[in-house]
Amino acid sequence: MENEQKERRDFIGMALGATALVGIGGGLGFAAKRTWDPLPSVKAAGFTTVDLSIAKPNELLVEKWRGKPIFILKKTVDMKPNDRDILIGTDRFHVSIGLCTHLGCIPAYKKDEHIFFCACHGGVFDASGIEEPGLPPPSPLEIPPFKIAGTKLILGEEGPEYKQMLAAGITV
Amino acid sequence: MAHFEKANSLNEWMDQRIGLNTLKRVLNTEYWIPKDINFLWAMGMVLAATFGILVISGIFLLMYYKPDTNLAFDSVNYTIMAEVGYGWLWRHIHGIGASLVFLIIYIHMFTGIYYGSYKRGRELIWLSGMGLFVAFSAEAFSGYMLPWGQMSYWAGMVITNLFSGGSLEAYGLVEWIRGDYVPGDAYLTRFFMLHVFLIPLVIIGLIVLHFGTLRLPHVNNQEGAEIDFEEAADLWKAGKRKESKVIPFSPVFLSKDVFVMGVYFILFFYLVFYNFNFAMDPVNFDPADGLKTPAHIYPEWYFLWSYEILRPFSKDVGLIAFGIAQAALFFLPFIDRSPNVAPAHKRGLFKYWFWALIVIMIALTALGKLPPTDPLFATLGLIFAVAFLFMGPILFVITMFEKKIEKGA
Repeated sequence: MENEQKERRDFIGMALGATALVGIGGGLGFAAKRTWDPLPSVKAAGFTTVDLSIAKPNELLVEKWRGKPIFILKKTVDMKPNDRDILIGTDRFHVSIGLCTHLGCIPAYKKDEHIFFCACHGGVFDASGIEEPGLPPPSPLEIPPFKIAGTKLILGEEGPEYKQMLAAGITV
Repeated sequence: MAHFEKANSLNEWMDQRIGLNTLKRVLNTEYWIPKDINFLWAMGMVLAATFGILVISGIFLLMYYKPDTNLAFDSVNYTIMAEVGYGWLWRHIHGIGASLVFLIIYIHMFTGIYYGSYKRGRELIWLSGMGLFVAFSAEAFSGYMLPWGQMSYWAGMVITNLFSGGSLEAYGLVEWIRGDYVPGDAYLTRFFMLHVFLIPLVIIGLIVLHFGTLRLPHVNNQEGAEIDFEEAADLWKAGKRKESKVIPFSPVFLSKDVFVMGVYFILFFYLVFYNFNFAMDPVNFDPADGLKTPAHIYPEWYFLWSYEILRPFSKDVGLIAFGIAQAALFFLPFIDRSPNVAPAHKRGLFKYWFWALIVIMIALTALGKLPPTDPLFATLGLIFAVAFLFMGPILFVITMFEKKIEKGA
C-alpha cells in the first residue's frame, strides 16, 4: 500500500517535471530566444546603395552597411586581377566588409604597399582581400551580398555576380 | 499555531520568530576559524566589502545613466562627471572598485592554490569560487560596454565575435547575441540589463553558495593541518582560549579582517582620489565609432593574460587555447593528484610549479598590453601561452609522484 502510494507520487512528480520542462523550457525558451533576435526594423535597414563612379584608383572608399564598414578600392592597372573583383565595364573594384576575419577590427589601407593591415593582431590582406598566410586571419575579407545596377552597387541584395562568387566558394 | 511566550527583549522576540540565536551561533559565534592563519585569509571579506561598495556606487550611477547609444556617452562623461553632485566620486569608486576587485580575486585564488585549499573536502569551495570569477568577469565586461566609448564598442565587437566559433562561422549566433549586425542599441540595452540585474543576482547567489561550501570543511590554515574543531571549540568555550587552536568567526576573526580592510581601503581611496586614471582608459573617452578601430585594442589589465593566450595563434587554435585557459583552472582540484594539503614550500616540485605559474601569468599580462607588431614580443607571447597550456599536464604528473607528507602535529 505504502509502496504503491510512493510509486504513484513518483509518477505524478515525474509527470509534473516533464510538463514543466516542456512548457517552461520550450515556451519561455522560445520566447526568450525570439526576444533577443534582431528587430524587424534593424533587419529592414540592411540595404545600402553606393555609387562606384566616384571611386579613384588606389584610394580606399569606406561606406557603411548594416553598421559595418565597406571597403571599396578601385584597382589600378598594375594591381593583380582576382576572381573576387567586381567588374564595371573595364574597371576592377575590390569590395569587401572592412572587418578583419580574425576578430573584427577594421584594417587600415596602406596605399604604398597595397595592403590592408589590421592593428589589433597584426593581420595583413592584399589588395584583393586575400589574407597573408601565417598570421591570425584565417580567411579573406568577406564580400557583402551585392547587386550591380549600372555604376551603382546595392548592398544587401544578392545579384547574379554575387551568387556566382558564392557558388564558386569565393566568399561565405 | 505554535505557542509563543511574551518576549522580554527585541532579541528574544526575534529569536522566537526566526531563531536568531541559532543563526548567530551557526554563522558567527560558533563558526570556528583556525588561529594559524595570516593576512591573506582576510581577502574573502575584503572582496565582500568591495562588492558592497560596487553595489552602492552602482546604485548612484544608475540614477543618471541612460542605456541608449545616443545618450549613454554623454550621460556618463557629461551628466554624471560634471553635473551630478559628487557624480565623479561614484564613477571613480566604481571604476577603481572594478579594477581592485580583480586584484584581490587573484590574490585570493593564488592563496588558495599556494596552501592547497581546494583539496579533498574543499572542492566545492574552489568550484563556486571559480564560478564567481567567471560571473565577475562577465560583470566587468558588461559594465565596460556602458560608457559606449571606443574601447566599449570595439571590445564588444571583438568579444562577441569569439562566439562565431572561428571556422564554424556561426554569425547567426553572434547577431543573436548582439540583436543587430554590429553592437548597437539593442546590444547596449541588454548588456545594461545583464550588468545591473541578472549578473549581480547570480553573483549574490554564488557568494551565498561560496560561504555555504566553506561551513563544513572549514577554512584551511597555514600548515594545512587537520584540526579537531569540536575539541578546539570546547577548549575555547571552556575559557581556555590560549590552548584552543581556533577562534570564532565573529567577533574575533572579523576584527582581524576589519584591520586588513582598513589598510586596503587606504589604498582604495588613495586611488579613487589621486590616481583614478589608473582605471580610466583614455581611448574610451572617444565616443563609439563603428567605422574607426582604435590603433591598438587591449582589455583591462585583469583580462590581459587570457587575451595574450588568444593572440599569438591562428584563429581556430587561438580560440581553442583560449577556451582551455578559461576552463582549466576549474579542474585544479582534480588535476592535482597529491593528497597533501600543505603550503607549496613543503610540497617539493609543486613549489616550483606554483611560482612558474605566477611568472607565466605576469609575463602574459605584460605581453598582452604590448602592440602585436613587434616580432620579439609576439614570439615571447607564443612561448608563454604554450607554457601556460602545458602547466596542467605538468601538474598532473608531478603531483602523481609527490611524496606523501606524514602529519605529526
